[in-house]
Amino acid sequence: MRRHVTAYGFLSAALVVFAVFSWYPIVRGVVLSFQQVNFVTSPDWVGWENFERLFADPLFGVAWRNTLYFTLLALLLGFGVPFLTAVVLNELRHAKGYFRLLVYLPVMLPPVVTALLWKWFYDPGPGLFNSVLRGLGLPTSQWLDSADTSMISLVLVITWANMGSATLIYLATLQTIPGELYEAADLDGAGIFRKVRHVTIPQTKFVILMLLLLQVVATMQVFTEPFIMTGGGPEESTVTVLLLLYRYAFYYNDFGTASALSLILFAVLGVFSFLYLKITKKADA
Amino acid sequence: MRTLTRGTGPAYWIVLTLTLVLFTAAFLLPLVWVLLGAFKPPAELAQQPPTLLPQTWEPGAYVDAWNYMDLGRFFLNTFVVAIGAWAVQMAVIVPAAYALSKLRPIFGNVVMGLMLATLMLPSTAVLVPVYLTLTDLGLLNNPAGIWLPAAANALNVYLLKRFFDQIPEELLEAARIDGAGTWTTLVRIVLPISRPILAVVSIFAVVAAWKDFIWPLLVFPDPAKQTLSVALQRFAPDTPINLLLAGLVLASLPMVALFLAFQRHILAGLTAGGVKG
Repeated sequence: MRRHVTAYGFLSAALVVFAVFSWYPIVRGVVLSFQQVNFVTSPDWVGWENFERLFADPLFGVAWRNTLYFTLLALLLGFGVPFLTAVVLNELRHAKGYFRLLVYLPVMLPPVVTALLWKWFYDPGPGLFNSVLRGLGLPTSQWLDSADTSMISLVLVITWANMGSATLIYLATLQTIPGELYEAADLDGAGIFRKVRHVTIPQTKFVILMLLLLQVVATMQVFTEPFIMTGGGPEESTVTVLLLLYRYAFYYNDFGTASALSLILFAVLGVFSFLYLKITKKADA
Repeated sequence: MRTLTRGTGPAYWIVLTLTLVLFTAAFLLPLVWVLLGAFKPPAELAQQPPTLLPQTWEPGAYVDAWNYMDLGRFFLNTFVVAIGAWAVQMAVIVPAAYALSKLRPIFGNVVMGLMLATLMLPSTAVLVPVYLTLTDLGLLNNPAGIWLPAAANALNVYLLKRFFDQIPEELLEAARIDGAGTWTTLVRIVLPISRPILAVVSIFAVVAAWKDFIWPLLVFPDPAKQTLSVALQRFAPDTPINLLLAGLVLASLPMVALFLAFQRHILAGLTAGGVKG
């Protein structure tokens, strides 16, 4: 009995913090989705009105389309590039420390710093990228200033800033692949690409899948980069779900509708989180 | 160890050289470009084609940026937020993980499960309700508005618990026989053994707080209380570009220094916390 009392004493601070800032907000978020809040009178129950308002907002569809497009691009780049990088780095026996240091360095920079720096690099006039392109005699781009290239420009920044973690996790996984598997493949006369396909990828597929799902969940919540670099423009081409949520909550002070949007986002992400849990369980077993 | 290839022939050296050039160009040159850019006067920064090295060195930009944006204040604010977030999180999660791992109270598994369930939840899904809760508690413009929500970190509770689980029961039994209480056992036996995991969790807690943008943006409407990230994005539109660049460099220095100092811990922690579930 005393053991339980002592234990809950040690747990008390965590229980309070989790209750107030995690568990209660989850419930409150669901409740808010069906309410109209104005801070003057007590909240009114409005049924599905908040959801109806969202579905009627043309930006709702735009934001989801943008977010899915962003997630797709971020996966192609943010998944493919780190994996390839890790496969190459795993073969190199020189300057290992240098490579690891460099690829992880951007991860340490505050996202606001990265976003503001890249905004300067992207400047279509004297910006670094167009200067280099002009110097090489190549066509320049409008980068963030055109609705056609704004999203891919954001994806480039985010990939640059975050690929360090994924690369190093892949690298650690690659190092657990038993050497004999490659030797056996050599005896069968397999070339590099066949070895990647038949040894490297199957041996790392759990980690690949897990990171893939984590990345989907993270990229669908993208906020800082579009907020700072484009504000959602040009022509609403970079309004993401979270940016729309922020507008509802903090521009229009419509916390009910913002919560309804959170709930929809949560439902969508919940599917991916659930898959993630399934896979981790399977990998553990 | 055997990997995909085993050559040290010309192909190996070509790939190595290419990778070196590509990595340096992609990750180092942009940062050097900014570092140098801050030394150039605005007119030179607008010049086409750009100058490689500054024609006129203006080291004063770093001092001017510090004064123009009052960076000292925002550095102090960010330090208070980051160090406080670390201290509060440790004070909350270390005893909790110890209780869940070693004291194993009734319903302990339920508590751990409820904590882990919050990991399924994208942090942004609770943006509005947590913001409203902070408003209700009067925690806006107060660093505690960052510290307390950050302390509810289920992943770190889990990482600590998993580490504590591996500490042999006999060790704690021996301490108990010597008359050590629960608290003494935690401080004298468990914590010293757990230094590696405590280092990892601590570094990631500080880095996360320093890098965070959306929460400080919401918690500190008062400009005087803001963190570097929030202040820099507020100043960005109407600050001369050379001063802004200097400010961005200065704001990154503590994190770069931390990385260089604790590189080993950080890279080890990445794979410990990241994948092995």
